[in-house]
Amino acid sequence: MNQVAITRTQWLPICQRSDLVADSGVCALVGDAFAGSAEKKSVALFFIPGQETQLYAVDNWDPLAQAGVIARGLVAELDGELTVSSPLYKHHFRLSDGVCVEDESIRLDVYPVAFDGETVCIAVDKS
Amino acid sequence: MTEASVKQKLVVIGNGMVGHHFLEQLAARPEREAFEVIVFCAEPRPAYDRVHLSEYFGGRSADDLAMGKIEQYRQWGFEIQLNDAAVEIDRDNRTVTSASGIVTDYDRLILATGSYPFVPPIPGHQHEKCFVYRTIEDLDAIRAAASGARSGVVVGGGLLGLEAANALKALGLEAHVVEFAPGLMSVQLDAGGSELLQNKIQDLGVTVHTSTATELIEEVDGRLRMCFKGERELLTDLIVFSAGIRPEDKLARTAGLAIGERGGIVIDESCRTSDANIFAIGECALYDNRIFGLVAPGYTMARTAVAQLCGESSSFTGADMSTKLKLLGVQVGSIGDAHGRAEGAAAITFVDEQSGVYKRMITDADGKKLLGAVLVGDTGDYDQLLQYHLNDIDLPEHPEQLILPTAEGAAPALGAGALPATATICSCHNVSKGQIVDAVAGGCCSLAEVKDSTKASTGCGGCAALLKNVVDEELAALGVEVNNHLCAHFPFTRQELFHIAQVEEITTFGELLEKHGSGRGCEICKPTVASILASLWNEHIHKKPHVGLQDTNDTFMANMQKNGSYSVVPRVPGGEITPDRLIVLGQVAKKYNLYTKITGGQRVDLFGARLEQLPEIWRELIDAGFETGHAYGKSLRTVKSCVGSTWCRFGVQDSVAMALAIENRYKGLRSPHKIKMAVSGCTRECAEAQSKDVGVIATEKGWNLFVCGNGGMRPRHADLFATDIDDETLIKYIDRFLMFYVRTADKLQRTSVWLENLDGGLDYLREVIIDDKLGIGAELEAQMANVVGTYQCEWKTAINDPEMLKRFRQFVNSDEADEKIVFVEERSQPRPARQEEIVRIAEPA
Repeated sequence: MNQVAITRTQWLPICQRSDLVADSGVCALVGDAFAGSAEKKSVALFFIPGQETQLYAVDNWDPLAQAGVIARGLVAELDGELTVSSPLYKHHFRLSDGVCVEDESIRLDVYPVAFDGETVCIAVDKS
Repeated sequence: MTEASVKQKLVVIGNGMVGHHFLEQLAARPEREAFEVIVFCAEPRPAYDRVHLSEYFGGRSADDLAMGKIEQYRQWGFEIQLNDAAVEIDRDNRTVTSASGIVTDYDRLILATGSYPFVPPIPGHQHEKCFVYRTIEDLDAIRAAASGARSGVVVGGGLLGLEAANALKALGLEAHVVEFAPGLMSVQLDAGGSELLQNKIQDLGVTVHTSTATELIEEVDGRLRMCFKGERELLTDLIVFSAGIRPEDKLARTAGLAIGERGGIVIDESCRTSDANIFAIGECALYDNRIFGLVAPGYTMARTAVAQLCGESSSFTGADMSTKLKLLGVQVGSIGDAHGRAEGAAAITFVDEQSGVYKRMITDADGKKLLGAVLVGDTGDYDQLLQYHLNDIDLPEHPEQLILPTAEGAAPALGAGALPATATICSCHNVSKGQIVDAVAGGCCSLAEVKDSTKASTGCGGCAALLKNVVDEELAALGVEVNNHLCAHFPFTRQELFHIAQVEEITTFGELLEKHGSGRGCEICKPTVASILASLWNEHIHKKPHVGLQDTNDTFMANMQKNGSYSVVPRVPGGEITPDRLIVLGQVAKKYNLYTKITGGQRVDLFGARLEQLPEIWRELIDAGFETGHAYGKSLRTVKSCVGSTWCRFGVQDSVAMALAIENRYKGLRSPHKIKMAVSGCTRECAEAQSKDVGVIATEKGWNLFVCGNGGMRPRHADLFATDIDDETLIKYIDRFLMFYVRTADKLQRTSVWLENLDGGLDYLREVIIDDKLGIGAELEAQMANVVGTYQCEWKTAINDPEMLKRFRQFVNSDEADEKIVFVEERSQPRPARQEEIVRIAEPA
């Protein structure tokens, strides 16, 4: 990431650490509180304690199932990579980059996410 | 053939098992298009399983025994005339005339007329209380006569006679067998085997009279008196003749076909009679001066005739008449020359009077080849001996070891590798070892695939163990590593993991993964382990360490539907529901705008609940007295029932009360897959118990228990497991059965598939559950008692726990609903909006 990108990115507090469920997902609403984002977005947050990367945020919308259910999927390690298995048709999406393992042309948006103390913050492009 | 080919007219006379097999084989070939087929069947229904006819008294209906189905024949393009016997064959004009007056011409004619029971011409044999044992109508007549009767006599101590005696016993009669010869089953058994069989059968309460000739039957004060040679007599209420069969050759005889001296339509190797246009197959046919009264040779003849009709060379050159069966619960096996009639034959005999086992091998003079064998009381060695006999394999140096009880590690097992490619593995479907080897080489990688592809072991199932050996050996030879690990994270089977968790008292996924697995788990091992832990320790599935392990349905204790909303199914035990509760279901559905539908399991399904609505909905349902229905879990779903003796004029037991008891006992049990059960109040079986994992059917004396049935995608008829058991025994068996399944099944394996893969099959399962062969009966019951004792309604616990309730928020940071879930109305109820409808709704008006 270069400097330009940094100026465009805004970190938003979305929930507390206590809202997360270890080794599983929850869903949060990223509102239109910041400019440029026309509609509210459902984001799936996964908390995997004890890993180098403990927090992941991906789109909650499963484009293959056409339903907002990704947060309710099961976290599954597939060939050493963490994925979420979507509950309706069991497609696996990699938590790191959102790519669908069964069909790499399909990808969920992923967002930088981090703890700020006990608060969970997500970074959303303003463009 | 050129253009509009003229079809050949094929007439089939007789629709028994062999006649049916003929049609089935023909239908499976493309050549069937070349024939116009008409079938004449003297009986009022198409072919049924006569081999298992006795089960008609054990709870199976005529429908259950049916093999041929009219719709099926129609689909194949075959015409069938029921209740319409062929009465004349005119060979000059090539026509067949039926009893109803139909005259049809033929190009080719198949005679599959079977046989008729021989009734010795004893004076009085025509009395109305004298019966034969061949058709469903015969059995109906026997059943009718048995009501109000005290005792019944079977004349004939052969295989079928003993079956009939068992049937009389099942009807509650004091049963006698009267046999002219000095021993039972004199065709198949030698004197020693026959004597032991007689002792065993007498112990079971059947009185056997051997060397007894009946001279007169007369009616005395409304009963029948049988007078025997030597001034003895016996009073009884009904008599069943089972003194052997005779080929039904009348039609052929009148038509002038060659008939054997003692009956039977003479056929050659191609199954043709003396008229090249006419074939005869099954028990009516005489080949090499022999009648083949078993179903397997009949099937071989049927296949030969089909091949001949299709212009292929195929021949029937006799058949091995070895048999293995269970008579009145006693195992009996007979191979080849059981009587040792061959010149120079030598015998090796093993007798264990204490446990009632008799085994005898007949070898040639050098003790090198096996000519025959007799096994009574234990047929465990049958398969192996049969292979030695059929394939002419040299016997081991100490052949006696083949029938001696095996000392530790000393069993001289005949490996599948020793068998030649021509060895017949499955005689029901005539599958050779070579065909199985080819199937494996052709890509079948499991026993199930081989069964599917070759049909081996899908008949009587007697060859299952041998088939498994052949398949295992071939897979190993091809270097296929049979990996039955649960997944990449656990190098164990589900059964092994269950055992590990139990022995080491492991209570969390994390601990099991750390000690016996690797990585972080996946959607295969997580729910599987969660299920194992729930079966073992029965903790709430929402308890902290278990939360992330469940599939979404278990996690949210509801069934996710296509748009991400859920359906809710409260438990309605036995399908019994009060008007007040029914009203509550309606009120809740109305309040939350839920689509309602009655399920197949006698419950009500409420669709369209949003995640965040689930706790409120359940609070209302629980306040009205409902409990969770576990429709989301791999666990007991419903116990379906009919109204039983309380309301129904046919009911013989209170099926609803039993269904309630069972459902309330096993609700909440988590298992490798879902479990369905049903209880029927009488043999009419309105609750469809024979399509369930556990099916219970009321009898006059108690309950018949059926297991491992399945409906749905892969239907399987349940197996009759135990008969006429009382309430207490029923519960004991189900306890043990379910726990044994929970312990040993593979992940997501229904009981039907589990049984098919269980070594030893149904007999082994009976030994474990009923005879407690493994000595684990009490342990299984205790484990079940623990599950029953720690039951909690998961929803009741959840709605009273604020921590658990947090899980049901749509958004952790907002009270808004998911705007993507949209419903429209159809037939006065909501349904998920389709994609194009959502776009329209979103567009401004």
